[in-house]
Amino acid sequence: MKRFRRLAADGRIDRARPVGARFDGKPLQGFAGDTLASALLANNKVLVARSFKYHRPRGIVSAGIEEPNGLFTLGEDATTEPNVAATVTDLYDGLIARSQNAWPSPDFDLMSVNSLLSPLFQSGFYYKTFMGPFKGSWMFYEPFIRRAAGLGTATDLPDPDRYETRYEFCDVLVIGSGPAGLAAALTAGRSGARVILAEQDSDFGGSLLSGSDAEHEAWRTASVAELQGLDNVKIRTRTTVQGLYDANLAVLVERRDHLKPNARKGQSRQILTSLRAKMIVMATGSIERPMVFSNNDRPGVMLASALRTYANRYAVAPEKRAVIVTNNDSAYDAAVDLAKAGVAVTIADHRATVEASHFARAASHGIAVFPATGIADVEGAKGISRVKLSGAHAVSIDCDVLGMAGGWSPVVHLSSHGGIKPKYDEAIAGFVPGGFAPTQFGAGAMMGVFGLAAAVADGANAGAKAASAAGFGKTRLVYPPEHVTDRTYAILPVWSAPQHGKGKAFVDFQSDVTTKDVKNAHQEGYQSVEHLKRYTTLGMGTDQGKTSNINALALMAEHRGISIPEAGTTTFRPPYAPLTMGAIAGRTVGAHFRPVRRSPLHDWHEKNGATFIDAGLWKRAWYYAWAGNSPETAYVKEMELVRRNVGLSDVSTLGKIDVQGPDAAEFLNRIYVNGFAKLPVGKVRYGVMLNDDGVVIDDGTTARISDTQFYMTTTTAQAGEVMSWLEYLLQCHWTELNVQVASLTDEWAGMAVSGPKAREALKLAFPDIDVSNEALPYMGCRDVVFEGVTLRLLRMSFSGELAYEVHVGADHAIPLWEHILKAAAPLGIRPYGLEALASLRIEKGHVAGLELDHRNTLDDLGLGKMAGKEKDYVGKALRFREDCQSPDRWSLVGLELMEPDKKLRGGSILFAANDEIKGHGRGYITSVTWSTELNKFIALGLFQGGLKHEGEEIVAAFPLRNEQAKLKIVSPHFIDHEGARLNA
Amino acid sequence: MIIPCPWCGDRDHSEFRYGGDATKDRPKHGTGDLKEWHDYYFLFDNPKGPHTEYWQHVLGCRRWFRLSRNIATNEIGGLA
Amino acid sequence: MSRQYSAFALARHALQPDLAWERAWASPDPKPSYDVVIIGGGGHGLATAYYLAKNHGVRNVAVIERNYIGSGNVGRNTTLIRSNYMIGGNTAFFEHSMKLWEGLSHDLNFNCMVSQRGQIVLAVNPVQLDTFARRGNVMRLNGIDAELLDRGEVMKLLPYLDYSKEARWPVYGAIMQPRAGTVRHDAVAWGYARAASNLGVDIIENCEVTGFVMDGTKVTGVETSRGRINCGKAGIAVAGHTSHVAKMAGLRLPVESHILQAFVTEPIKPIVHHVVSWGAELFYLSQSDKGGLVFGGHIDGFNTYTQRGQFPRIQTVAECAVSLMPFVSRLRLLRHWGGIQDMTPDGSPFISRTPLKNLYLNGGWCYQGFKATPASGWTYAHTIANDDEHELNRCFSLDRFEKGRELDEFGIGNWTYKQ
Repeated sequence: MKRFRRLAADGRIDRARPVGARFDGKPLQGFAGDTLASALLANNKVLVARSFKYHRPRGIVSAGIEEPNGLFTLGEDATTEPNVAATVTDLYDGLIARSQNAWPSPDFDLMSVNSLLSPLFQSGFYYKTFMGPFKGSWMFYEPFIRRAAGLGTATDLPDPDRYETRYEFCDVLVIGSGPAGLAAALTAGRSGARVILAEQDSDFGGSLLSGSDAEHEAWRTASVAELQGLDNVKIRTRTTVQGLYDANLAVLVERRDHLKPNARKGQSRQILTSLRAKMIVMATGSIERPMVFSNNDRPGVMLASALRTYANRYAVAPEKRAVIVTNNDSAYDAAVDLAKAGVAVTIADHRATVEASHFARAASHGIAVFPATGIADVEGAKGISRVKLSGAHAVSIDCDVLGMAGGWSPVVHLSSHGGIKPKYDEAIAGFVPGGFAPTQFGAGAMMGVFGLAAAVADGANAGAKAASAAGFGKTRLVYPPEHVTDRTYAILPVWSAPQHGKGKAFVDFQSDVTTKDVKNAHQEGYQSVEHLKRYTTLGMGTDQGKTSNINALALMAEHRGISIPEAGTTTFRPPYAPLTMGAIAGRTVGAHFRPVRRSPLHDWHEKNGATFIDAGLWKRAWYYAWAGNSPETAYVKEMELVRRNVGLSDVSTLGKIDVQGPDAAEFLNRIYVNGFAKLPVGKVRYGVMLNDDGVVIDDGTTARISDTQFYMTTTTAQAGEVMSWLEYLLQCHWTELNVQVASLTDEWAGMAVSGPKAREALKLAFPDIDVSNEALPYMGCRDVVFEGVTLRLLRMSFSGELAYEVHVGADHAIPLWEHILKAAAPLGIRPYGLEALASLRIEKGHVAGLELDHRNTLDDLGLGKMAGKEKDYVGKALRFREDCQSPDRWSLVGLELMEPDKKLRGGSILFAANDEIKGHGRGYITSVTWSTELNKFIALGLFQGGLKHEGEEIVAAFPLRNEQAKLKIVSPHFIDHEGARLNA
Repeated sequence: MIIPCPWCGDRDHSEFRYGGDATKDRPKHGTGDLKEWHDYYFLFDNPKGPHTEYWQHVLGCRRWFRLSRNIATNEIGGLA
Repeated sequence: MSRQYSAFALARHALQPDLAWERAWASPDPKPSYDVVIIGGGGHGLATAYYLAKNHGVRNVAVIERNYIGSGNVGRNTTLIRSNYMIGGNTAFFEHSMKLWEGLSHDLNFNCMVSQRGQIVLAVNPVQLDTFARRGNVMRLNGIDAELLDRGEVMKLLPYLDYSKEARWPVYGAIMQPRAGTVRHDAVAWGYARAASNLGVDIIENCEVTGFVMDGTKVTGVETSRGRINCGKAGIAVAGHTSHVAKMAGLRLPVESHILQAFVTEPIKPIVHHVVSWGAELFYLSQSDKGGLVFGGHIDGFNTYTQRGQFPRIQTVAECAVSLMPFVSRLRLLRHWGGIQDMTPDGSPFISRTPLKNLYLNGGWCYQGFKATPASGWTYAHTIANDDEHELNRCFSLDRFEKGRELDEFGIGNWTYKQ
């Protein structure tokens, strides 16, 4: 049956540019300017989809973003994109579209068996069954339910397209380019304000694009032309304002999907803009509502305004006969335009009395009008064939299409994103904005102001007010076309379906929610609008209830016997329409997901065979190729190098903070538990910091450079936190201290020269600098100049060997590193990486990140004796809370593996020898390494009672691998208890 | 949200680090018993309304400052 | 009284279209007095009322909700359940919760769609995997399921992650709890409400508590927007607004209110069959039975009672989603929303007596309120009925910070100025 035809002339399509797309594997012809929906209708493809739950035949309902039924899967393979509304998809050459949620096809869908079972599938049926026969039986049913749900099928291949995000600022953002929006943008633009006009459609004009009046069209093109000519105005099509956030942050998304990938030439598919607008004018228009009656979802039953849009804009008209059912005046515009296209139109108007001019207009176009008449039922399962009217003219009429004109719902979404609830307006039987922030304005249909002249006046007024509020007081108002007089807009709200229809009457097409579901929800007590929504899934589809919301809550209000305002409305949340995830993320994905921090020596490591490991944002040299290709063995060779000879390691990632000022010593004395007031110039001290709660937050060394200057290092992980903490204390609380702190982490590089031959290596590298034990004793520091560059030499050791750190400005790092390697080459010096560094420190018993995990006290880490008894320090008071002093706390121990054939793993749980292996144990292993000194696996761990149990044999359990091993508790200082090597 | 940094002017809140309730009196260094420190550190008014709080312009000038903000509405009242 | 739900009941109604379903829960006017008044008709409050009636025979109970039941966080979360806890106290409590979840649909005669599809937490380097291993070992040692997965095993289970060289943080391995999963969140509120109502509990919606009636330091009733209601005991269960309500009783708590955002994409056919969490940044994702990908991240990071999220956080979470699962890029976000959650200094909750007699506190749930719902109600009911903590919730006492008994499950430390 032929329902639609392409008109021979007119429309906004470019007949000189035919476009070839593919739909369900077959060619689909259209013209530039078509949408996928208009092309489908022009080709008389009406039954194009199946519904979500009952798999009922469905056709396109609307001509806009509110489309509930006409959802398709676009693209193929990696570019597959499910659930795209055909009504907002530009037709382009090569477009591939497929129907979805039907098998084998929408026309013959085997899943439509669901429709027969529909009495069982009432709203919420799944809450009442699938519970038996056993606990957990849901796991049997769930896969079936999951497969049945879910609309289209996505690809799991990576998206080949790219997206970008950007930031913008303007004085006035105007959202929507219908009559009100154009007037607002132009009026604001004439003031000189920086204006951005965002239009979601592919062209400017909003409702004007659906009209047929030449004067209106002339006004539209003149307005757009003037806007284009203004340098201070930017106008954008295919740009949806998806959300308004605090402080007038508007999120705009521009779609470029209509450009084929090769036409985009590496440009982004979509661009998301975070726009800070001083003022915002919302001119977002309104959306027509369907009406609720038996079988109102049959293909060919559409919004009346959509029929008008397809006829006028896309030159696609019903074949012969149309019926329009209405409760308001706007239907007459649609009817007249269809009649002009040669369609025989009948209007069934629920209202008994209609303003005479509408009758007269209808009569002059040969349109039959039946007042006090509604729709009883629709016949034709796979597409409408006849409507049965009810009321005053209870006759049946054969027809190709049925237009529904249920009144207009202002698009209030954006106005309520900021938390202001919409309010009900009786005059238009719809919700309008409940108010605006002082920086926001509304105009036109979204305010319930219908009619071209009224909307233009309202828009001009809003544009002027917004410009003025943004500081641009002088402007010229925009006026409507000369001969326009707005017709009346009267509406008689009719919400519920007539009783005598036998079929389902749908409230929400996409979610398959019927009047019966609303009634059930009411009976069962799901009566608040939020319960209704959550229980029936009403308004939860991709259209977010744009066509269903008001009808549903009006029905619920009827059931409850309360008014619509009393029933309230649901909350509108961003995004306004489905928003591509890639556009939100922009370029901050994949390799660019988070910035990479590289040490100043990174390039050298890369060229010289380092394997890197991620440590927070840092890329650190993990181990070097000279030592082997496996992380399990390379570090052992690197450790041996340090223990027996000399190695060079990059420690640039440590936090480095310059602390200066007359009170610098006092400041350090407060933040570290141990004393710093009396640290002599030229000395380094290890320090530990607590949080106010008495828990250890960081450790590091601090060198005194002069009376008033210190050089602090922190752990790599906590560098940023410690810096902020110091600033917080100085700026917010200890304002009496004259101290400045500055981060040098990125400005300075550090390298550790470690091993018994470290001094020899330095002598070879810096023959003119005295690095003797006398000139630079253990924990000494000195600034020296080498070849014109200042080096900071610090004699300290993380490995436990004789060691020095050489710190230098980042620009000099690589030449200095290479110089040391070259000069000390006769000794066999080589670089060692993070794994060896971390393993050497375990042998020495230094705590690090895994032990400094914000759960441990000083005593837990065996550092309690460091704390000054007399002095005050951050965290002192709360350090002595009851449980923080319990003898049962887990504290630091060294552990040796007693069973040489076994492996020791980090994360093992520790038990006493006679404990049953269950529960939480008495501690756990934090860090494990192979010890080159002891030739066995050793570890650091926390154990209940700590070193009180030194010498005892305990058990490490790793049930994830079904492993257990015997360990011995030893001192965490596995090597060089006396510190002979450090002081050598 | 837009946060007014005393040095840099109005900036997006994502440049800042939130520092919590700024009305609590930190015991002077070297004073205060366990109870005072507990109450200072662990208890919050958390009012559903006007609030004075610390922010740091951590991705900018690194200045810490006090700001008043209504935490029922996110409305910024200005520097405090 | 709501009759038994079953496939037979559905069939009966299908064959008799005019047969009306009963109300799921009754809607009475408040009585002048109750033995126990629970403030807050969310998951925890409704569960508490149910277990008071069922386990302790305390049936003269009212649940008072200022809005509709389930209007708070029980209907705003990402629906995850898991019991992968390693700190003493937490482990037993959350496993108890998991066991209650496993029988919940049967117990309530309401299908809450408890889907134990498994949670996989991805580690990005060996050190992180060691910390995950500690967690998994503790779970195993406490009779909780846990499995360690290497990269190859993860690739088999989750073929759609980014395993390319481009990945900023590679997938190194993972820990999995097969019994973890998701639950239909609204059904939990409705199921508990219906079951509690059937046991005689009064569920009173649209009734806001405005103050407490005190006799010295003893609470004897609550003032509400529908008048005074006397009670023997009052229990607060209003997470998100805990400080606000507790302040009416003069209590100042270790709680700040923060917004946590959640996100859902359009519905698609099944593609993600597990709950997936990421160790690079806080990020978690699962696919609902309706087909939408549901995901979340961190709190926005400053206290607020508005349920509106900030856009930069949305970007952060989208970046995680697309970076970890590059196919998500082409899917579209349908909705995002925010819930106000109590944040406590150590990240753990309170189920506790208070310094006031007859007043009890349940709150401070941070990120983990939903998964705790059954055990929270179960233990809170015990605490209220017996005026004493149960062994399972003794660690959640209000005085733990004074004692230095923090429960820092994730090792991020107590916060002051930081998030």
